[in-house]
Amino acid sequence: MIAQHPQRPGSRLLAEVIAETPGGERIVHCLQCGSCGGSCPSGADMEYTPRTLFAMINADRRDEVLSANTMWACVSCYFCTTRCPQKIPITEIMYTLKRMAIREGKAKGEDAPALARTFTDLVEKYGRAYEVGIALFYLGMKKPMAALRAGPMGVSMFLKGRMALLPQRIQRIDQLQAIIRKARELGGAA
Amino acid sequence: MKYAYYPGCSLEKNSAAYDISVRAVAEILGIELAEIDDWNCCGATEFFSQDELVACSVVARNLALVEDHLRQVVAPCAACYCNLKKVDQLMAEHPHMNTLINEALAAGGLRYQPGRLRVRHLLEVIVDDIGEAAVRDKTVRSLEGLRVAPYYGCQWVRPGADVDNPEYPMKMDELFKWLGAEVVDYPVKAHCCGGHMTQVSEAQAFELIRRLLQNAVDYEADLILCMCPMCQLNLDGYQHRVNHFFGTKFNVPIVFFTQMLGVAFGLDPARLGFGKELVPALPVLQSKLGAAPASA
Repeated sequence: MIAQHPQRPGSRLLAEVIAETPGGERIVHCLQCGSCGGSCPSGADMEYTPRTLFAMINADRRDEVLSANTMWACVSCYFCTTRCPQKIPITEIMYTLKRMAIREGKAKGEDAPALARTFTDLVEKYGRAYEVGIALFYLGMKKPMAALRAGPMGVSMFLKGRMALLPQRIQRIDQLQAIIRKARELGGAA
Repeated sequence: MKYAYYPGCSLEKNSAAYDISVRAVAEILGIELAEIDDWNCCGATEFFSQDELVACSVVARNLALVEDHLRQVVAPCAACYCNLKKVDQLMAEHPHMNTLINEALAAGGLRYQPGRLRVRHLLEVIVDDIGEAAVRDKTVRSLEGLRVAPYYGCQWVRPGADVDNPEYPMKMDELFKWLGAEVVDYPVKAHCCGGHMTQVSEAQAFELIRRLLQNAVDYEADLILCMCPMCQLNLDGYQHRVNHFFGTKFNVPIVFFTQMLGVAFGLDPARLGFGKELVPALPVLQSKLGAAPASA
């Protein structure tokens, strides 16, 4: 049995999070039970667990919410979503918060947005993921020390035939790019 | 039975052992896999962090490309599986998103009717569609004496929570009992491997990997079976780094469940991609199962 709370007036931030998340309206039913943070493999690395963040969203603390590391520590394992007694799509809300944080320039201290951007730029160009490109353009540019530490493993992977030096391009890349352009236009996001 | 096949980018090179062994065991079990023509990357989690409509449209192109007469699509990668299924369901449940995604697809001359396809993981197909009798019938080499730790990860079992118990899945356990293996019942079998976190925060990722390896070792597993290329990469590829980071001495082979299934079906390990893992699996197979796998 899911407890139903009367709709609270809510904050502007709450309304935006709901509008951007399919199924996100369930966030108003958060009981502040903490099952999410307790189930999270990254809970210890988060400044605020999802439970706390939801209370902050409700209190319209926009800057603190969008600057939090919570969503960037999320590994999308869906443990919180599965266990939430109020069936709040928590993992999807984390994606929404990532998008909002990037859009509003609040994710500057995080590496994950650069990884995401590098990954998707390469997919947009070739149609397939390109690991060497990620190593060069993300790790190499953004985290050179990490790139050095990853070097020997990269060599082992290459020697085992597990790394393609050149990108794979799909045949109808124009079609994929047209779809992406249109989606971007319809969604209105950068 | 014929299924559309979505291999996903990892299976091309990084996890070629998975693709090779998937195709080999599918052939033996009479599962016909028709690869989707000109499929594109599912975007993993990376488009979803930036633009939801773009993320969904990139995934939906693959669904739209499936030939009209097919009704099911098989993805061996749990992350691809999750994205394909998530977008199909989202389109079915949210008419507004369906309209927008189809508008984007139309720019490429495509269209997808949500619900037209059922997205399946190969493990479901083998356990639910093919079933115990047929699997036993094809088993010529019992895995008796081998202690396997089925590792499920997150993306197959949890998001929809409708394919198995989302916290304590059993399908791979069942399958390997049919093959005669000793199935290790260890608590973290559906915990997270860290996903892309190896690229963002090594300390955070390595700790998640360490917990999985330690638990499997504590329960005396000979090897870990994966059903997702990201899990295999993190547990196998990064095992050496994890050892260096924590001062541990893990030496646990990490293979795809289809590779061991192929061994049970009597296939030559060389035809199943053995030898591509960074922590060698063949010595364990030799010592636990006897000499035959040595041919690889």
